[in-house]
Amino acid sequence: MWKWFYKLASPPFVYNTAAALIPWFTSFAVVALGYGLVGGLVFAPPDYQQGDAFRIIYVHVPSAWMSEFSYTLMAVAGAIALIWRIKIGHAVAAATAPIGASFTVLALVTGSMWGRPMWGTYWAWDPRLTSELILLFLYFGVMSLRTAFEEDGPRGDRAAALLSIVGVVNIPIIHYSVVWWNSLHQAASVAKFGKPTIEPSMLWPLLAMFLGFMLFFGAVLCLRLQGEILGRERQSAWVRDAVKS
Amino acid sequence: MSAGFWAMGGYARYVWPCFALAVVIFAWNVWSARRYYAAARRRAARALAMADSEKQ
Amino acid sequence: MNVGAWDAFSLIVRRELSLSFRRPEQLIQPLMFFLIVTTLFPLGLSVQLSLLRDMAPGVLWVAALLSSLLSLDSLFKSDADDGTLDQLALSGHGLTLIVAAKTGAHWLVAGLPLVVISPLVATALNIPAGAFGTMMLSLSLGTLTLSWLGAIGAGLTIGLRRGNVLLSLVVLPLAMPLLIFGAGATDRSIADLSPVGALYFLAALCVFTCTLAPFATAAALRITLE
Repeated sequence: MWKWFYKLASPPFVYNTAAALIPWFTSFAVVALGYGLVGGLVFAPPDYQQGDAFRIIYVHVPSAWMSEFSYTLMAVAGAIALIWRIKIGHAVAAATAPIGASFTVLALVTGSMWGRPMWGTYWAWDPRLTSELILLFLYFGVMSLRTAFEEDGPRGDRAAALLSIVGVVNIPIIHYSVVWWNSLHQAASVAKFGKPTIEPSMLWPLLAMFLGFMLFFGAVLCLRLQGEILGRERQSAWVRDAVKS
Repeated sequence: MSAGFWAMGGYARYVWPCFALAVVIFAWNVWSARRYYAAARRRAARALAMADSEKQ
Repeated sequence: MNVGAWDAFSLIVRRELSLSFRRPEQLIQPLMFFLIVTTLFPLGLSVQLSLLRDMAPGVLWVAALLSSLLSLDSLFKSDADDGTLDQLALSGHGLTLIVAAKTGAHWLVAGLPLVVISPLVATALNIPAGAFGTMMLSLSLGTLTLSWLGAIGAGLTIGLRRGNVLLSLVVLPLAMPLLIFGAGATDRSIADLSPVGALYFLAALCVFTCTLAPFATAAALRITLE
């Protein structure tokens, strides 16, 4: 069983696995997103309070989740690389950052668009919105720090990893901000254990969108990861075969 | 798809830009990742070619 | 010579203080920056006294934040440049202790003067004298937290080109909760509400940061120096 785990630290193994996974992730993502979009836009009934505006949930909530998930993944990968010196962790962290940042932008903008009809304002400085904005700044900080070490890639990786770990304290703040403070933003209605307080015909497309976003993320991550590995392992022998094919 | 669908109960100018932006972000991710991978391949191939020519 | 932990700590603090006082301009510049920035806001916006009072806590805090960032840049720079930092790292006293000493000294020199001069600035911004206590307490906690937090950023960005811009980029997002509660406490005090909740939270943030940040800073230095 541990043999599988050791393989994870091997760049050629990860590279080839990533290449193999991309078509699977992509096709399942298309299916899940298709179902989610059709179910959410066409078949789900309008919300009795928010009317058709609630349909923004089908992009807003999955992207917000992805922004938090990506950052956590980036921090964990960086921590694994720093603590156990498993270099592939840095590659994963570097690949995740731009993807996570883009989902944060999506979450912020769709949230803003949803806020205008619902709360009357495009923006409010309430805890959840503010901490999500901070998340975007953290992404940029990590990415900037990594690229600032131009000549010294490995050192840049380590510095970026440390910074992402320091910033991970923001993630529980985002998540629990609606619990800890009086927030404009709605409290969790899906991610509660037990019965979610949302009707099934609205819920299933949402879950499908979550799945679709995750699968899409997986596909894009694998592609970027391949690029990152090639960049870091240029000197290795296995790269020759990989590049020829 | 009736006109009612596109109108989104009057909220069309909030709902559709959100989905449009989602499409844009998804497309950007695909485009950016592909570019990155292709550039990494080119650089690796070039480095290998240089190493080969040095050996000779 | 076997130097105990507390002795090493106080030795480094005294060294930092004497080095700082040898170059008084390094002490005065952040202070002047603080004064200038607080002046910019009333000049740039409306100068009506009532409006000034409303925005005063925020202005004060943003100015303190920016001024601290300015002085953080030099926290490790000169020691890294002349090799002292490497020697300290090798000294066997643990980088965490050394970092704690340097950061503590830095606050005494960069943060505390801001707190001391804040009543002057507060008067100019039309903050009522009754709020001064809360303001100075929150600024003390806030600048202290900022020194510790900023040390992490300083450790990560030593010797980088445009390192000070990167330092700000890295530290400011992490400092935002601080700003929210610090300005919030003073705000509430001005409005004759109890600032105790916000102050407790600030104190909690301070304790959290001061205990964990030295380890993170030491890790950052190890990454930069090795």
